[in-house]
Amino acid sequence: MKFFNSVLLTALLSFIAGIYFSYWWFFAVIAFLVALLIHQRGFKAFSAGFLALFFLWFVLAFWMDLANAGVLSVKIASLLPLGGSKWLLMIVTAFVGGLVAGFAALSGSYLRSSNPKK
Amino acid sequence: MRIGPFLISVVITIGFVYGLNKKWGSVPPIGKFLSPQFGVWQNAEPAENDFGAELKFAGLKGKAEIYFDNRLVPHVFTENDEDAYFVQGYLHAKFRLWQMEFQAKAAAGRLSEILGAGKDTAILNFDRNMRRLGMVYAAKRSVEETEKDPESKSACDAYTAGVNAYIENLKESELPLEYKLLDYKPEKWDNLKIALFLKYMSLDLAGPEKDMEYTNAKSVFDAKDFDKLYPITQDSLDPIVPKGTVFPEPSVKVVAPANADSIFSSWKNSTAINEFKPDKDNGSNNWAVAGSKTQSGAPILCNDPHLSLNLPSLWYEMQLHTPNFNSYGASFPGAPCIIIGFNDSCAWGFTNAMRDVRDYYEIKFKDDSKQEYWFNNEWKRAELHIDTFKVAGQKDFYDTVAYTIFGPVMYDKSYSGKRATNDKYYAVRWKAHDPSNEMMIFYKLNRAKNLDDYKAALPYLSCPGQNCLFADKRGDIAIWQQAVFPAKWKRQGDFVMPGIDSSYMWQGYIPMEENPHVINPERGFLSSANQLPVDTTYPYYIGGHHDLYRGYLINRYLRNMNGITPADMQKLQTENYNVLAEFALPILLKNTDESKLSSEEKKFLDIVKSWNKRNDPDEKGVAVFSNWLDSVEVEIYFDELSKVAVPFDWPERYTMVEALLRDSAYSFIDNINTPNLETTSDVVIAAFKKAVPVLSKAETEGKLEWSKYKDAGVRHLLRLPALSRFHLFVGGGTNIINATKDFHGPSWRMIVQLTDKIEAYGVYPGGQSGNPGSKYYDSFVDQWAAGKYYSIWFMHAGDKLDKKAKWKMTLDKL
Repeated sequence: MKFFNSVLLTALLSFIAGIYFSYWWFFAVIAFLVALLIHQRGFKAFSAGFLALFFLWFVLAFWMDLANAGVLSVKIASLLPLGGSKWLLMIVTAFVGGLVAGFAALSGSYLRSSNPKK
Repeated sequence: MRIGPFLISVVITIGFVYGLNKKWGSVPPIGKFLSPQFGVWQNAEPAENDFGAELKFAGLKGKAEIYFDNRLVPHVFTENDEDAYFVQGYLHAKFRLWQMEFQAKAAAGRLSEILGAGKDTAILNFDRNMRRLGMVYAAKRSVEETEKDPESKSACDAYTAGVNAYIENLKESELPLEYKLLDYKPEKWDNLKIALFLKYMSLDLAGPEKDMEYTNAKSVFDAKDFDKLYPITQDSLDPIVPKGTVFPEPSVKVVAPANADSIFSSWKNSTAINEFKPDKDNGSNNWAVAGSKTQSGAPILCNDPHLSLNLPSLWYEMQLHTPNFNSYGASFPGAPCIIIGFNDSCAWGFTNAMRDVRDYYEIKFKDDSKQEYWFNNEWKRAELHIDTFKVAGQKDFYDTVAYTIFGPVMYDKSYSGKRATNDKYYAVRWKAHDPSNEMMIFYKLNRAKNLDDYKAALPYLSCPGQNCLFADKRGDIAIWQQAVFPAKWKRQGDFVMPGIDSSYMWQGYIPMEENPHVINPERGFLSSANQLPVDTTYPYYIGGHHDLYRGYLINRYLRNMNGITPADMQKLQTENYNVLAEFALPILLKNTDESKLSSEEKKFLDIVKSWNKRNDPDEKGVAVFSNWLDSVEVEIYFDELSKVAVPFDWPERYTMVEALLRDSAYSFIDNINTPNLETTSDVVIAAFKKAVPVLSKAETEGKLEWSKYKDAGVRHLLRLPALSRFHLFVGGGTNIINATKDFHGPSWRMIVQLTDKIEAYGVYPGGQSGNPGSKYYDSFVDQWAAGKYYSIWFMHAGDKLDKKAKWKMTLDKL
């Protein structure tokens, strides 16, 4: 339940932060804080952060691509070079967000571990 | 406390954020770029996007209503003129901001700031070339002139305010895609950027000089041969002003310097400069037919400017409606007004005059410090301008340019284009350097009601020279080749000239009344297609570089057409008939002895023999004919031209064809490197045999059909394939009325019938949105490629409830 809650909270707060803060990386702060607040061991914290942003970014990208009828994603996927595959672009997008959030959450988890009586 | 792992993990996180926030070479800052809430995904415009909005701006004086039709063409209604330009600036920025800024930066020689110095410093060289040509100098003088006139000042100020209103309210997530890709931000717009953009157009259109190439050729050929290679007139010329027209005595008398002829042989000067040159086919077609030749009895005006085909397009289609005027047409994102279009009373269009208004003078400096130069028997001080170039990822670069009485010393020891062997100083005298207010010709034409208004608008066009075509509802049609042209003696400025005194300088300017023009001709039509405007009885030297065949063919069609409808004009504008083949193919075939050909060669000969002389997209004969003719050109001239220093210029295609038609013993036919005396038949067959391997290869690859052979497309300004449209199924080509080459051609096709209710058609190879993530980015490309048009909705105040008004945007004063 802890795991699920931290995933959900990280994703939700990251989304909101994206609306109100003009830093694309602000979700890293969110992931860090959530990991601090809902403490889990390293691997679990990392996974929660990773999954939260992986899903958030994937869903957002997927949603925007759907509305856009795939006009842009195919172009960017050839530009980047991802062989013109919009699915690959979405996965890469999600992975980038997930990676940063995962390490941010891991940092939060390690900081909380500083409490000697865990 | 797990301080070790904590610190490591924090460092990794920050490292990722830092690394993903930074541009690595040409890789965009991947984190920022891919972030769905900030990056490129935000540019994925919903297919069913609602362009309606209600906004307020301090810069507006009243209320503005913008009605977008289903092609995303805005029809702008404002309560006063300034607001119309504010809204125009706002809309240009909203849909085309990156392109406007990029073009202004290119014009100002500032691309290195965003792109870096480039491979082999190509981008820095481009920038230096722009600055050394004096683009910024010219634009600044133009701003001064523009701001002297209250009307043009208020239009530019309002336009600039509109652009800035958009930029100031732009969120990072809304930045156009290219900014995200290259990781930079737009800067504030100003009137100088408008002037820079217009000077960029001048450069594109008033740059067809070959002074360096001719100077090189001159150092090898005698005057007679030179004239044979680069003649100043043509046999088949059908000029803009009909042959036989009597011209008045010239009011400006020019005198060639006494040594102008002898210098031809004595001043052997070779330049070796590799320049950035505009496409030599930067031309256009325009024509107007009088009511006497149309079915409706009203004039029809047509125009299609041939320019580089880019995405986002150079053009943005729109309508501006105020209590003072109501104008529709193609506008330039980056400048106020409708450029090519029509209003309630009249229509206008332009083609390029192709005159040479850019000359070079060799300067004699006292020493390499370039501080003093010899002029009229004394040492004169040069003004030294130090230009600073900010180069992305590198130290600033400084460049010192000397300004002389002629203009900036564009080429010197520190800069000679791509070739560094140059040790001479060449100052450039360019008409575009002189103060002028070109925008006002458009401003006035947008409001023109009749022929007198048209004539009153013309003097504002000082450079580049254009064939300004006009037609109105009263039935008048007119064409005027307009610019402030220097009155030149024969061949003046065709070569680099001595700059040690005033004797080779321009001596005066041709008055507008003496510029070539025709009003309401008896034959009932007017046309221009970059051909020579007049025959040799015109009292001034024309110079420059001119097309021949498009104009010839347009006039032939128009002469024979009657009861013309807009549909007929569409057909003519997209006509693929190859009239050059009509002249040249019989000579080629007549001189071909089939018995000397292999079976493979015979196969291609049969293709071209059965060809219908049309450059239609699926014809195979075009590639055979074009390659054959190219190959003949090499056979005939290369032996002589290979003795000329690079750069040299190939004779025009018509020069060769007319020479072959005129004279079977054309002296250049003989190959000077062989003991034999070659005949036309020898070169024609040799040329064909050399062309065949290229054709066989194309055939094997399935690329012999003209559209595949030519492989036309529309390229993104950054030349990014993913954002371009390639492999279009289109015909046409150089010398064809449908002048579509690979990435160059009819950039805006417009047809306007001036009936009481105007009937107009238009199309351009692009789309209204500059955003590659919008379905309106390239939505016109297929229609354009198919040679089809859109019926233009010329909206009136009473049409506001019409279903064609798909979205409404309201901008109000704050």
